[in-house]
Amino acid sequence: MARAETEPTGAAQERADAARERAGESPAEYLERYGRMRLIRRFEQEIQRLFLRGEVHGTTHLSAGQEAVPVGICSALEPSDYVAGTYRGHGHALAKGTDPEALAAEMLGRATGVCGGRAGSMNVVDLEHGLVGCFGIVGGSVAAATGAALSAQRQGGVAVAFFGDGATNQGYFHECLNWAQVFDLPVVYVCENNFYGEFTPMADVTAGGEIGIRATGYGMTSRVVDGNDLWAVREAALEAVGRARAGDGPTLLECQTYRHYGHSKSDPGKYRPPDEVESWLARDPLDLVRARLLELGVAEDELAGVESEIDERMDRAVEAALAAPYPDPQRDAGTEFKG
Amino acid sequence: MSELEFRTAIRDAIDEEIERDPSVVFFGEDVAAAGGVFMTTPGLHEKHGQERVFDTPISELAMAGAAFGAAVTGLRPVIEIMFGDFMALPMDSLVNQAAKYWYVSNEQASVPLVVRSAVGAGGRFGAMHSQIHATWFQGIPGLKIAAPSRPADAKALLKSAIRDDNPVIFLEHKRLYSVKGPAPEEETVPLGRANVVREGGDITIASALKGVPDALAAADELASDGIDAEVVDLRSLRPLDSETVLASVARTNRLLVVEEGPQTGGWAAVLLGVVAQEGLHDLDDCWLLNTDETPAPYSPTLEDAFLPGPGAIAASVRERLGVAAA
Repeated sequence: MARAETEPTGAAQERADAARERAGESPAEYLERYGRMRLIRRFEQEIQRLFLRGEVHGTTHLSAGQEAVPVGICSALEPSDYVAGTYRGHGHALAKGTDPEALAAEMLGRATGVCGGRAGSMNVVDLEHGLVGCFGIVGGSVAAATGAALSAQRQGGVAVAFFGDGATNQGYFHECLNWAQVFDLPVVYVCENNFYGEFTPMADVTAGGEIGIRATGYGMTSRVVDGNDLWAVREAALEAVGRARAGDGPTLLECQTYRHYGHSKSDPGKYRPPDEVESWLARDPLDLVRARLLELGVAEDELAGVESEIDERMDRAVEAALAAPYPDPQRDAGTEFKG
Repeated sequence: MSELEFRTAIRDAIDEEIERDPSVVFFGEDVAAAGGVFMTTPGLHEKHGQERVFDTPISELAMAGAAFGAAVTGLRPVIEIMFGDFMALPMDSLVNQAAKYWYVSNEQASVPLVVRSAVGAGGRFGAMHSQIHATWFQGIPGLKIAAPSRPADAKALLKSAIRDDNPVIFLEHKRLYSVKGPAPEEETVPLGRANVVREGGDITIASALKGVPDALAAADELASDGIDAEVVDLRSLRPLDSETVLASVARTNRLLVVEEGPQTGGWAAVLLGVVAQEGLHDLDDCWLLNTDETPAPYSPTLEDAFLPGPGAIAASVRERLGVAAA
């Protein structure tokens, strides 16, 4: 049975280094992105804690371990560009700019939530920040971004779909990749390949090997990316988003990564071999960025400063969300139709 | 007054709305270069160009999903899912994405989207090209369903649907495409409003789509038996205008609802339930006429017997009222 590559290949490392040089960016810009990754990690940890306390209801799908993908991708986007995410979408929202307090309040079902408590963890929408939506059904984000790209093609801009490996066995994926290539849509399809579709190893239920090559059948450009390497993700994103913006059509990026928690709340993730989990934890994307930034000359106290700033911001967000009122069913019942 | 063919009414509505509003786009399978398999949209591609009117792959899920994504980001897509039966394919996008968006997003944006399809039996198309998918969507809050029977309403309702900020499922009965009638007097007709198309004092017959001309033909037949039937054209199935039906029943005290489709889970049964709940005091009798609980058959003899046509409607009324045929 095929297993995830847990070490970056030499080629991937070289590409990442080359990307860093090409981008010519200062470590300070990566420090900001590191902060955003830390924000997602802290958010997921808080949601986990609040779920165990009974404050978060139903279920949640945590994205800890996968932070480099949304942060790297969204770092290549404009605020007005569109993103569609998944039910594992807290990171997608935070990376695109959703306010952590409004997102936390949504998880808690409070009136101050980004969707007033109507959406919950799996269905967040934040159009103000270009988040077309997070979709509770596997593959839904692929179509939503394809449609947003139809608008973007006419209005300017780019759309990104985040989706998991499991979505690449859905009709949505194949229909939309063909569609986007036929119409040269400005869309980037970002597969967060964490190697498990819910509890099932992707390799057990998937023909044809790696996901990236599926684009070949549609004549679409694709790349397999080390999804735990922020530099590699950003470099791939800049290239793909640039192609979309130039009118040169869609790209599929397979970002290989790993979730630290189980699929959802009810899943301890026992189907994953301990040595596999260990090897991925050893490549925690936050640790990788941190080590790289130290290597690039960022001071330890500068990093620590960003970390404590983010931690305090997250604490304040949770505190405010917990203090917020629940929606009043008399006042906030909502309407079926607009107009 | 000039006569308008039903299929031309559809074409004209799309044409005029594309002209009126730069955010309206129209796409579907074979709708552009070929002009639609029922010739409902010829010339629109040539007139408005590829950016506004285009052919798609045979990918109903991608089509509906893309239309949804486009609708929440500034476009007003009109799509054609060729046959209503094919609506099983894009169901996730329509039910889970488009219908829920306005509410779940806390009213950040609505989904101005129209999904047109040819529906209904009687064309010898067999079980997978003859269904009316309205009932599949009947129980989904956030969706509107239009079901015109006349060319004038087809045009005015489609224009309303395109201007509506919510997702609208638009039904076009195959056996109505060649029907001609007067052009609409008003530019738009509100969604969710029924119309009394024949006045009468003995019984109300409510229906939609092809059921309306069938009910009118039955009413003519019943007139010669001394039964004066009122006919209500529902025009929309969601929201369902029970008020107009209740007002009619207050005058006639009897209600027959005719639906081309099975009774179980149908809109006719829903309407009857609402009328019973709200207007039991006005009712002397009420009943349903539906198709059998089988798929639509192919053979002409089987399909004709399957459909609740004018003869079946008239016979049902005579039997229920205890009146012999004249």
